[in-house]
Amino acid sequence: MQCPPILPSRSTLVLLLSLAGALPAVAQELTVVSFGGSYQEAQSKALFVPAAKALGIKLKEETYSSIADLRLKVKAGAVTWDVVASGSGSAARAGSEGILEKLDYKVIDTSSFVPGTAQDYCVGGDVFSTVLAWNTKTYGEKGPQSWADFWDVKTFPGKRSYRKGVAGALEPALMADGVPPEKVYEVLSQPGGIERAIKKIRELKPHIAVWWSSGAQHAQLMKDGEVDMITGWNGRFDVAAKDGAKVAYTFNQALLDYDCFAIAKGAPNKDLAMKFLAEISKPQYQAEFTKYITYGPTNKKAYDLGTIEAAYAKSLPSHPDNAAKQVPIDLDWYTKFETQASAAYQNMLTE
Amino acid sequence: MSAPGLSIAGAPGDDFHAAALRRDHWRERFGLAALAAPALLLVTITVLLPVGWLFGLSFLDDAGAPSLEHYRRMLAEPSYGRTFRTTFEISLLTTAICILLGYPLAYFLSQLPRRAANLCMIAVLLPFWTSLLVRTYAWLVLLQRRGLINTWGMELGLWSEPLQLVHNVAGTLIGMVHIMLPFLVLPLYGTMRAIDRDLLRAASSLGSTPAHGFWTVFFPLSLPGLAAGSALVFVLCLGFYVTPAMLGGGKVTMVSNRIANDIELFFNWGAASALGVVLLVITLVVLVLAARLSRGAGLFGAGH
Repeated sequence: MQCPPILPSRSTLVLLLSLAGALPAVAQELTVVSFGGSYQEAQSKALFVPAAKALGIKLKEETYSSIADLRLKVKAGAVTWDVVASGSGSAARAGSEGILEKLDYKVIDTSSFVPGTAQDYCVGGDVFSTVLAWNTKTYGEKGPQSWADFWDVKTFPGKRSYRKGVAGALEPALMADGVPPEKVYEVLSQPGGIERAIKKIRELKPHIAVWWSSGAQHAQLMKDGEVDMITGWNGRFDVAAKDGAKVAYTFNQALLDYDCFAIAKGAPNKDLAMKFLAEISKPQYQAEFTKYITYGPTNKKAYDLGTIEAAYAKSLPSHPDNAAKQVPIDLDWYTKFETQASAAYQNMLTE
Repeated sequence: MSAPGLSIAGAPGDDFHAAALRRDHWRERFGLAALAAPALLLVTITVLLPVGWLFGLSFLDDAGAPSLEHYRRMLAEPSYGRTFRTTFEISLLTTAICILLGYPLAYFLSQLPRRAANLCMIAVLLPFWTSLLVRTYAWLVLLQRRGLINTWGMELGLWSEPLQLVHNVAGTLIGMVHIMLPFLVLPLYGTMRAIDRDLLRAASSLGSTPAHGFWTVFFPLSLPGLAAGSALVFVLCLGFYVTPAMLGGGKVTMVSNRIANDIELFFNWGAASALGVVLLVITLVVLVLAARLSRGAGLFGAGH
C-alpha cells in the first residue's frame, strides 16, 4: 500500500468530490502519450506541463512506439491513454480504422492554422519537412536545389540515400520527372501514376547506396559522410549540423508534413482531453515549442507573437516563405493508396 | 506393467507386491511430470499459445472473417517470394561461412591442452558479453565509407577509392557470421573433445596417414556436433532482424524485416502473422528434409 491509511483513497476522494458536485477538475488526471526522446522532452516542457498547469489538472506522461500499440489497447478494451501524439499519416489511417475519437473543432480553435494541418481525428502540433539534404564537403554550400538535381548524377556525382518506406518517396520522383509540384498527387491518383514514379526511382537505384528507415539513421549517415545526398526530416539534419555534420538542406520542393495530437477511442477523460488539445493549440504554446526543436508551429499566429526570433523563424518549415516552396502531404491520397503503393515499392526494392 | 521376478502365481503376497510396484511406478511418473510441469507450462504459455494465436490471425481478414487474403497477397506480389529467397540465401551463406571458419577453429581448440583451450574458448565467448546491437554498430563504424578499414586501406595505398564494404550483402554476411560463429563452435568443440584419441592412434597403427585418419575417423565422428551447430546457426539466421536491417542498407530484406514493415502498414496483424506462419512451415520442411537426407550419415542426434 502506497498511501498512508489515515488519508482517504483516491477513489473515495473522487466519489466525495463528484457527490459534492464542486471542483470537477481538481482530481482529474490526464494521460498523454508521445514518442519519447528529445521530441517528447520538448513537448513536455513547452506544451504538456504548462497546459496542465493552466487547466489545473494532473498530468501523466507515457511513451509508445507506434500506432500499433494503441490498436492493441483499443481492441483489448483497455484504453488508459487520453491524448496521443502521432504522425499525420498514421493518425489519418487510425482515424479511418476507428481507434481515435473525432475532434470537436468548436472547442479547438484552428482558424489560424496552416491549411490542411487539422484533420477530423488529429490536430496539428508541429510542422516538419521532408527535404533534400546534401554533404557540404562534396558539393559546397550551393548544392543540389531540386529533385531534378537529385536525379542528375552527371552534374552531381555521388552516393544517394533514399527512404526504404514508400511514405514521401514517390512525390520527389515525379517532380524529378517533370511533374509540377501542385500536380503531383493528381498524377499519383491516376492509373499508372504510381508506376511512373517507381520507374523513375528504379532509374536512380544504382546510385542509391543506402535505403534509410529511420530519422536517427539518416542523420547518422550524413554525420558519417556515408552518402553525399539524401532525403530526410529537416529537424534531424539541424541537430546533426549542430553536432558538426557537414550537411545543408533546401526547402525547395520539400514535402510539408506535420505531427499531431489525437484522442484515443474510449479515452477515460475525453472531454478534458478536448480542452487540453484546445489549450496546447494556442499560439503561445506553439511558439515556445520551437525553442526546443526546429519544427515549426501549425498555428500561424505563433509567428506574430514576436517570441520567435525573426532569423530563427525563417529557418522553420512552416514559415510562410518556406511553406510556399513546398508540397503539403496529401493524407487522403495515403489513406486510399498507401497499401497499393507500398506493395509496388517493395517489389521495386527487392528486384 | 508386470513384475515378472516377483509374480509367483498363488503366492500370498503377490497382489500386494504388484500393487505396490504399480503405485511406485505411477508415483515416479507423477513426480517426473510435476518436475517438468513448470517448464511445460512456460512453453505452453509463452510459445504455443501466441504461435497458435498468430496462426489463427493469419487466416482472418480485416473484418475478422475467415479468409486466405494474406496468403494470396504473398503469391500475388513478387517481393514476398524474393524476401523468402533472400532470407534462405543469406542464412545458408552465413551457415556455410561459419562452417568454413568454425570447423578449423573448433578442431584447433580441441587439440589444445585443456587449459589453453579454455582460455581460447573465453575469447570465442567474449562477444556474447556485449549486446548484439553494439557489435553490429561496431561493424558499421569499421566498414563504412569513411570507416577505419577504408581509411587505413587508402592511407596505406592498398586501394584508392573507398570500397563498398557495408550497406550490402557482404556487410550483412560479415556481421551475421561474427555473431553466429560461437553458436557453431560451441557444440562442435564439445563433440570433438569427446572423440576418443585412441581411435586415431588405432588408425595410424593400422597404417593410415594422418589426413586419411582425419577424414575416415575424426571427421565422421565430429559430424553430429557439426550438424547440431549448423542447424542452430541456420535457424537463428532465419529470424535475424537487427543485423540485416543495419548493415544491409535496405537492400537485404529478410522475412523479419518484412514482418516489421507489414505490422506498420496493415491495420491487422494477419499479414505479418501469415509471413511468420510461412517461414515456420518452410523451416520445418527444410529441417525435416535435412534430417532425412543426413540420417544415413548418422546426423541429428544419431551419435556415434
